[in-house]
Amino acid sequence: MINPIDLSVNGVPIAVPAGTMVSTAVALAGVTRFRRSVTGEARAPLCGMGICFECRVSINGREHCRSCQVPCENGMEVAADA
Amino acid sequence: MPDCDVLVIGAGPAGLAAATRAAETGASVAMVDDNPHPGGQIWRAAAGKAPQDAARWIHSAEQHQVEWIAGARVFAAPAPNRIAVEKFDGELELGYRSLILATGARERFLPFPGWTLPNVMGAGGLQALAKSGLPVEGKKIVIAGSGPLLLAVAKYMKEHAADVRLIAEQATQSALLAFGLRLAAHPGKLIQAVGLRAALLGIPYLTSCWPVAAEGKDKLEAVTLSRGERTWTERCDYLACGFGLVPNTEIAALLGCRLSDGSVAVDEQQQTSITNVYSAGEATGIGGLELALVEGEIAGFAAAGASARARTLFAARDRYRKFAEALEHAFAPREELKALPREETLVCRCEDVTLGRVRSCTGWREAKLHTRCGMGPCQGRVCGAAVEFLLGWKSESVRPPVFPTRIESLTRTEPPA
Ligand SMILES: Cc1cc2nc3c(=O)[nH]c(=O)nc-3n(C[C@H](O)[C@H](O)[C@H](O)COP(=O)(O)OP(=O)(O)OC[C@H]3O[C@@H](n4cnc5c(N)ncnc54)[C@H](O)[C@@H]3O)c2cc1C
Ligand code: FES
Repeated sequence: MINPIDLSVNGVPIAVPAGTMVSTAVALAGVTRFRRSVTGEARAPLCGMGICFECRVSINGREHCRSCQVPCENGMEVAADA
Repeated sequence: MPDCDVLVIGAGPAGLAAATRAAETGASVAMVDDNPHPGGQIWRAAAGKAPQDAARWIHSAEQHQVEWIAGARVFAAPAPNRIAVEKFDGELELGYRSLILATGARERFLPFPGWTLPNVMGAGGLQALAKSGLPVEGKKIVIAGSGPLLLAVAKYMKEHAADVRLIAEQATQSALLAFGLRLAAHPGKLIQAVGLRAALLGIPYLTSCWPVAAEGKDKLEAVTLSRGERTWTERCDYLACGFGLVPNTEIAALLGCRLSDGSVAVDEQQQTSITNVYSAGEATGIGGLELALVEGEIAGFAAAGASARARTLFAARDRYRKFAEALEHAFAPREELKALPREETLVCRCEDVTLGRVRSCTGWREAKLHTRCGMGPCQGRVCGAAVEFLLGWKSESVRPPVFPTRIESLTRTEPPA
């Protein structure tokens, strides 16, 4: 992997190629439930382009970030299903 | 003082062409986009590397000193000739003399039982994830819905060694044949279509076919498809499903631009009902790459005051518009799809509102008030098009902010008088 980026998803370290979006890193970490809906259903990315808000996770402690629009950065702490 | 002569919202093909042409005339130009890279939907950078035709436009925008503001989402218009933008790490305001709305389109999602399961995605949605690094090699994928995008996505997935089980196209064979005949008038498009067909060799392309249910426990495991009398279940890892595209008109509506038939209304110079606001590309109607580019060029020239140069491109635009009309006709979603969701199927995924609850209301206003349908973070971007198709309700007017924003962004921006 050229210039891998090291981050963590739900506390587990993962390395991804530069340019990878957080949504992809979450999926690569084996997480299928990105968030829980208001009635508790498991949800994951739908649109991949920033409009549906189904891919929301917390990034570095900030909640409700659309993971499909945020590129991975070194040291990022991502929490799905917060 | 405006920050620039021409401000372009959206850095897809239309926005890139508009920014480049405006800058060529000597105007100062800035371009903002929600994404970290320019290119829009079709040229969505594969992990930072844009395809070649995209690279040409991106390079020429750079050469003409177009200021590129990445990862920035326009959410309000706090004062005349000013917009407010939110970035990951803060917000800013931008002033302009002329504005070009090149906000593109999104997929139309139609609800069916199980469509909220993880790994049921849009067709372009799965492609976007794959382009950002999601490995699809060996994955079983069913591609469904409608339109040429399904073919483009199938080609991409096949090239990346996915196991594409089939493409389920809801349109009829005869509608597509008629479309094929009209394609003959557009040699460039025909070559593209033939090229795609060759690339898709071995993948069943089933017309009059659609998903009736997605099944799985914690995530998708199988999809049940229906075609005429036949219903069968196909095991898969991903269902990539989108029923065509709908224009993104929220910023235009926020500014007060006239909309017509769900898209931004423009005159021959791509000017909206507001004198210094122009629009180009799929925000003004779904038409594909070539139309988006030529509309962008026209808007760029016109917004910079070079209307004579804009005029030289009208003939080309007319040709591509004819193609767009044929496209719309051939792939229009059919009535049968209205029967896909059951009463208990969710329509609004943000607030988990079922079709039954929405249907019990008299219209959008009541549905929003009583069920919160369309009131969640996506603000109706997903359920709006679905409800319009299923129940015939047109969306209500937009109130700022057009995207949910952080509290600090809101308190800094005065509401419009
Ligand atoms: C998900 C998807 C995938 C597609 N994939 C293909 C494909 O593979 N092949 C193909 O031939 N066609 C594809 N298309 C069709 C393609 O969109 C068009 O042919 C063409 O890209 C339209 O260009 P455009 O410039 O009008 O819009 P777009 O390319 O959609 O660009 C619009 C840009 O505006 C930005 N934007 C919108 N609102 C805001 C805002 N409020 N603030 C900041 N930025 C904003 C968006 O992020 C986007 O980058 C796809 C469409 C979609 C929706
Ligand atoms: S997947 Fe829709 S907003 Fe990220």
